Amino acid sequence: MKRFKAMVMAGVLALSLVLTACGAGGSGSSGGSGGLIKVGVINNPPSESGYREANVKDMEAVFSEANGYELKTFYSLKNDEQLQAAQGFITEGVDYLLISAAETTGWDEVLTKAKEAGIKVFLFDRMIDVDESLYEAAVVSDMAKEGETAVQWLLDQKLDVYNVIHIQGAMGSDAQIGRTGALDAQFANGTMNLVVQQTATWDEAEAKKIVESVINSGADFNVIYAENDGMAKGAVAALDEAGITHGVNGKVIVMGFDCNRWALRELLAGNWNYDGQCSPFQAQIISDIIQGKTTISSKIIINEEKGFDATTLTQNDIDTYGLGE
Amino acid sequence: MSKNKKKIFSGGLGQLTIPVVAIALLVIFNLIRDPSFFGVDLAHNNDGNIVLSGNLISIINGASELAILAMGMTLVTAACGGQDISVGAAAAIAGSVFVKVLKTSPEISGGKVLLAFICACIVAMIFGSFNGTLVAIFKIQPMIATLILYTCGRSIAYWINGGATPTLSSPIITAIGSFIPGIPIPTPVLIVIAMAIVFKLLFKFTALELFTQSVGINQSAARLNGINSTFIKLLSFIILGVCVAVSGSIGVSRLGLINHETLLLDVEMDTILAVAIGGNNLGGGKFKIGGSIIGAYVIQMLTITLYAMKVSSTDVKAYKAIVIILLVVIGSPVVKEKFGKFMSKLLENRSKETVKGA
Repeated sequence: MKRFKAMVMAGVLALSLVLTACGAGGSGSSGGSGGLIKVGVINNPPSESGYREANVKDMEAVFSEANGYELKTFYSLKNDEQLQAAQGFITEGVDYLLISAAETTGWDEVLTKAKEAGIKVFLFDRMIDVDESLYEAAVVSDMAKEGETAVQWLLDQKLDVYNVIHIQGAMGSDAQIGRTGALDAQFANGTMNLVVQQTATWDEAEAKKIVESVINSGADFNVIYAENDGMAKGAVAALDEAGITHGVNGKVIVMGFDCNRWALRELLAGNWNYDGQCSPFQAQIISDIIQGKTTISSKIIINEEKGFDATTLTQNDIDTYGLGE
Repeated sequence: MSKNKKKIFSGGLGQLTIPVVAIALLVIFNLIRDPSFFGVDLAHNNDGNIVLSGNLISIINGASELAILAMGMTLVTAACGGQDISVGAAAAIAGSVFVKVLKTSPEISGGKVLLAFICACIVAMIFGSFNGTLVAIFKIQPMIATLILYTCGRSIAYWINGGATPTLSSPIITAIGSFIPGIPIPTPVLIVIAMAIVFKLLFKFTALELFTQSVGINQSAARLNGINSTFIKLLSFIILGVCVAVSGSIGVSRLGLINHETLLLDVEMDTILAVAIGGNNLGGGKFKIGGSIIGAYVIQMLTITLYAMKVSSTDVKAYKAIVIILLVVIGSPVVKEKFGKFMSKLLENRSKETVKGA
């Protein structure tokens, strides 16, 4: 029995040696394949939203083999899985690590390791709470500015009174913090009244329930500020069932974010009033920096953002700036 | 007389004691908090139909998907002594198929909706029989077997529509997810009633209920009596598949949009809870589908109550958990037995006293 155990142990040991040798050989050979720049992208899954889908497609299109890149990707909504994948990419030895983190915290250690390994890190779409020295550049959407643009638009409507239902995204995400900030400032200084502020964690059906409960409580409201298009659609479904008019010339102003094409069509039809965009196209900017085509003066590069008003939106805007279908 | 009392104290409604008491407590709590909470109004919706509205309608309407899933889950629980945790993911798949078929051409007709629903049903039944095969033939623990689909289901749903979140806009879809013109009751509620009737008829005209119970109570004994336990287990998963397709299609129709990441998110846990609150034995055997349906409404009423109290939706889950722990503990056999003993002792003492007094 003992001998058998020893044999098994020896076998396992030998096998693992062979395997690691193979692994090392494998990565060695791929490293020599035509001098492609190895890029590891850590992102949220494309299924998260129309934004993410466009973002992932953009990344895959720009960091293609034709453009001289070898692309490795990992998609997860969970920060710890993303961290593990980042570790994996560092061990595999990529040249560049591009990260759009699920959460803003917990990245210090991994990014320090990347730096020690000589891997250059770019952040895209979302910022991370780390020292600036740990990354080359961050190409981000200024979510706070996006929120401010939207709230400024709302103030420009010069309503007599602002009774706002505020439906938030997943708490703690960059998009939620940015889109909430500007509105919270208005609640704080009293220019707008908060009817209810709830998170629907990007869930359309949850958003509908929240609005329904407000309608049932009999509270008066004239603005729905939903932090993405899906939740705005959920909110509108509740309004429709209750017979409350919305959109251009309606009782309730509906605001969404992300600029999905279907949402912009709702705007064009006058069912909604405003849609804020946060540009998902960062890949080209990063590629230009990697290839030395642009030099950067600041580590933080702000992507251009847009906001659309239902009264001025054109079909052309939908075709150019809309996401998804 | 005392015998009757005893029966009521030790659960006069039998299995339904816990769900009925729970729903009664919630109703009383709400009536004290806000007497107008259950007020139902007739209002015109934006399509110009006269419809019912109010918290009560929100509760009954909002719990529809959950109630339908709970019916199927009860059967699986009874037959297999375990639960399917993949219903949410499977519903996302079914919903995606539903939309995919509808999106094949721009026009949406009644026949096409029916076709889309049948396709969704078939796909959900295939996934159901996949789960069922793992459980019934390979004898894998139901929770582990369905963990596979739970993990990969939403990715499969993602592939079906190529990662997009397609939207549907058609009066037929609105009629399914919201109101049929001329009928003031939300359509999902009507679908729940229809499903409940189908189950009732199924149990009345077939021996499914009896067979399921006997497989759940003692598999070997059932087999010795000529019941094919493998088939019964498989069948329960396939029936759950139909329920999944129905609730997935309702979920999609409500908003005219499929988002496979959020469609019926975390519904599997609520479904299992509904079955548990319904007083069903989670280890299999005897079951009452009515209990699970009431369980579903308890959960929804709890959610809506918390929303009406303006509890932050991040905290809702925590409050829900507290109430549910209480319900499940009170409904547990240990507490029931203790309570029964305590009550019978009390009654005994009292009758002794009356004897003394006489």
